[in-house]
Amino acid sequence: MHDTPITAVPGSATANMPDAAGDSGPVLAVEDLHVNFAIRDAQVPILRGVTLHVGKGEIVGLVGESGSGKSVTGLTAMRLLDRNGSVAGGRVLFRGDDLLQHDQEYMRALRGDRMAMIFQDPLMTLNPVLRIDTQMLEALTTHYPAMPREEARQRCLDALVKVGIPAPEERLETYPHQLSGGMRQRIAIAIAMLNRPDLIIADEPTTALDVTIQAQILYEMQQLCRESSTALLWITHDLSVVAGLADRVYVMYSGKIVESGTVDDVLDKPMHPYTRGLIMSSPGNNEPGKPLFQIPGMAPIPAERPCGCAFRPRCPRADGQCESDPVETSFACAGGGDHTLSCFHPYEYSDKGIVL
Amino acid sequence: MIAYLIRRFWQTFITLLIMSLLVFVGVYHIGNPADILVSAQATPEEYEMFIRNMGLDKPMWEQYVTFLGNLFQGDLGNSFVYNEPAVDLIFRRLPATLELTFAAMGIALVFGLPLGIYAGLKPKSGLTRCIMTGSILGFSLPTFWIGLMMVMVFAVWLGWFPASGRGGLSHLVLPAINLALFKVSLVIRLTRAGVLENMLMDYVRFARAKGLSETRVVVVHVLKNTLIPLVTVLGLELGNLIAFAVVTETIFAWPGMGKLIIDSITVLDRPVILAYLLIVVVMFSLINLVVDILYSVIDPRVRYE
Amino acid sequence: MTEERVGIAAPATAGTAGTGGTGGTGGIGGIGDVLPEELRAVRPESPLRRNVREFMRRKLAVFAMVIVLLLCAMAVLAPVLSFQNPYSLAELDIMDGKLPPGSQNWDGSITYWLGTDDQGRDLWSAILYGTRTSLAVGVISAFLALAVGAAFGLISAYAGGKVDSIIMRVVDIQLSFPAILIALILLAILGQGVGKIIIALVITQWAYYARTVRGTALVERRKDYVDAARCLALPSSRIIARHIFPNCLPPLIVVVTMRIAYAVMLESTLSFLGIGLPITEPSLGLLISNGFEYLMSGAYWISFFPGMVLFLLIANINIVGDELRDLLNPRLRT
Repeated sequence: MHDTPITAVPGSATANMPDAAGDSGPVLAVEDLHVNFAIRDAQVPILRGVTLHVGKGEIVGLVGESGSGKSVTGLTAMRLLDRNGSVAGGRVLFRGDDLLQHDQEYMRALRGDRMAMIFQDPLMTLNPVLRIDTQMLEALTTHYPAMPREEARQRCLDALVKVGIPAPEERLETYPHQLSGGMRQRIAIAIAMLNRPDLIIADEPTTALDVTIQAQILYEMQQLCRESSTALLWITHDLSVVAGLADRVYVMYSGKIVESGTVDDVLDKPMHPYTRGLIMSSPGNNEPGKPLFQIPGMAPIPAERPCGCAFRPRCPRADGQCESDPVETSFACAGGGDHTLSCFHPYEYSDKGIVL
Repeated sequence: MIAYLIRRFWQTFITLLIMSLLVFVGVYHIGNPADILVSAQATPEEYEMFIRNMGLDKPMWEQYVTFLGNLFQGDLGNSFVYNEPAVDLIFRRLPATLELTFAAMGIALVFGLPLGIYAGLKPKSGLTRCIMTGSILGFSLPTFWIGLMMVMVFAVWLGWFPASGRGGLSHLVLPAINLALFKVSLVIRLTRAGVLENMLMDYVRFARAKGLSETRVVVVHVLKNTLIPLVTVLGLELGNLIAFAVVTETIFAWPGMGKLIIDSITVLDRPVILAYLLIVVVMFSLINLVVDILYSVIDPRVRYE
Repeated sequence: MTEERVGIAAPATAGTAGTGGTGGTGGIGGIGDVLPEELRAVRPESPLRRNVREFMRRKLAVFAMVIVLLLCAMAVLAPVLSFQNPYSLAELDIMDGKLPPGSQNWDGSITYWLGTDDQGRDLWSAILYGTRTSLAVGVISAFLALAVGAAFGLISAYAGGKVDSIIMRVVDIQLSFPAILIALILLAILGQGVGKIIIALVITQWAYYARTVRGTALVERRKDYVDAARCLALPSSRIIARHIFPNCLPPLIVVVTMRIAYAVMLESTLSFLGIGLPITEPSLGLLISNGFEYLMSGAYWISFFPGMVLFLLIANINIVGDELRDLLNPRLRT
């Protein structure tokens, strides 16, 4: 497949999308992705072999601390990396088609149509000086220039209703600053869903919002994706968000996936010391009155990453073996699917609980 | 909005009053205009008569009150030199100055905006380095010197354009370019900074994620955000151009009000100096007001209450 | 135990403090405890040294700096480098008037490399003296304006409330008028003279400094080290002078550099218009103005060479300032 790049005809939005891998394969499959960033004349590896996949209609969480490379993964999949970032290896397969082989013109036809992205700060993602209708309509007309204005408008209204915005007619005429944060994020979601994409990549879209609004939006996103069988890759630093939302989860640390599996399996029986640390340090899992658990130390700066397992300096179970790179192993989960892991000294579980 | 306008007019009025008082007191203390205006051969009687006719024998406060009283009737006194109303004198020369400043502003925008946008979009390219270094040099060229050099090269040596005076387009070319040079650099720098800043914004990323073409991202999304703050600065720069026209008008013998004020300062023509100042203050206030209103029209986030 | 360690670490920080280094007072000393042993041996580079090193790496900056220093040296050494005192009429020979560059006087004892003006004055010598006057007026006025502006800016930032709003109102009104207009009116009132043009330049420029200083001071004021200093019950004047002001320096250095260039430009413009410096103390602007009359007759050098020097002076100061801004602005760092 690698050897036969598909030549794209730019400008036509959906007509020539390869459907060979169509319904059977995953919508998005990232394979051994390496991305470097140029920092002060040096190429610093930010992603070091990320592999993940999102199936049709599946909701997948990508969890990690800030700086772990989870946003870079999302941006690379959209081919929206900043100029100082470059792909050093691997593939990004969208419906079986390697996006890294295509030019930006081809990507432009895909983006906003077949794959969409939502960002963290709703205050910043909408252009402050353009009206909502301008910003919504352009997402349609850029892909379907022939669409009559009335129909486009109607689709915008429908999308707004779907994400739970009251009085959508009036909202179309407003500017972003006249709306609340939750409302703005709903509009961003509506824009992302306008063309009923196959995949939405959501980069911490609820982090900047109130907890109650966050819960509402999480619920609505889940419903919408289920209804339209849209695949959703949800990037977050918050495990509790993933717990209620996703089918599967990937845990990322310093540019690598360290553990993955179904949400139930990974959250109940975390095997990687980092995943376990993350779960234990979430306030909800803390016994009242006891001091909060905290993973010691800080995530390494990419340029000063230790050799071998990057989590080694912070890990309670690390020994000399961890100075060499751990190999990914995979097990069958209880509830079906794989549980993958990159660790020399994982936690082990019996029926009664943790065995060590 | 109405309340806002009233407040603005009130502020302008106060500024005018304070400026007129300061300048009146200042000008009052610099020598006696009679010493310059009355010929050396005049008899003491003639000298006395001149002083009385001009009202120069009265105490300062009385002169100021008279001045204020006349001011409200739109009378800023007669020029000592031309012996006609100072206001008429200035207004007759206003069109020439405005012609020059608007032409200069136009030139600054036509060259500055595209270069600034390019420099902002391609911050690392070699051409950008040239543009930016060029703009520093533009900032550093003394307007009056480059004016002289322009006269020398294009008027004296090449004979392409007339060296002085006002007339058709050919007369306008050299002075307008001369006045614009400094502003081209300014427009380049402001535009570049705005584009650079906005290109890093999340909304640009989101716009790209929608699949918009890069042209639309730049022209519709980035440019509008860049140009809005630029309007304020350029509005204020228009005032600056009017003031700096003094230099250009002197070099190219352009019959505007800048030339008039320089001549009036050298002969201490009090009424003209005062009238020029007050008219300029009013003009600046008007420009500021127009800019503010324009700003509220084009920037949806701004509303004046 | 802990107190003792802080005591040991403190002199090291004090020793390495360069521009704005006083900011840490006390607080930074404690970091020594956290650092592992091997790191402690490596002394951190002071901000001043790091900035100097970074500056030296920029070719354009160093080049411009060298030219500025060269022009300054020319100004200082003017009496040594010139062939004649251009303002002692006894040394001038009217017969040598308007000689083109490279001409010699009647007995060949002097070569006028840059030509002479209408009075037979050697332009090279006149330019040296003119640069001296222009630079002196620019630098003195910039630093006086800095002193006045910084004082008002700091008071404004530190006092806040009514004082702040009154000072800032005055600054706003003044800055809404072009500097040249204010200088024109002031000079019309004050008359000509070196002292008077310095006064006019200070009055037109102080507001820029006041605004810059107030802005940075407000940011600094909210930082923890100011609270720490307050908790130690240090007097306000000491907090402002020893703690806030040094931290305002980096942006101020840039503003002062650019403003010196602007002051030189403004002075020469006013002198050109005939309302700046008097004939007895000609700056570059006056020299250029002097050549205006003879431009039409082809004696271009009388205006050209002084203008070239003025341009080089202003441009290179501006380049240095621009590079400094890049260097000191952490936002632009990649």
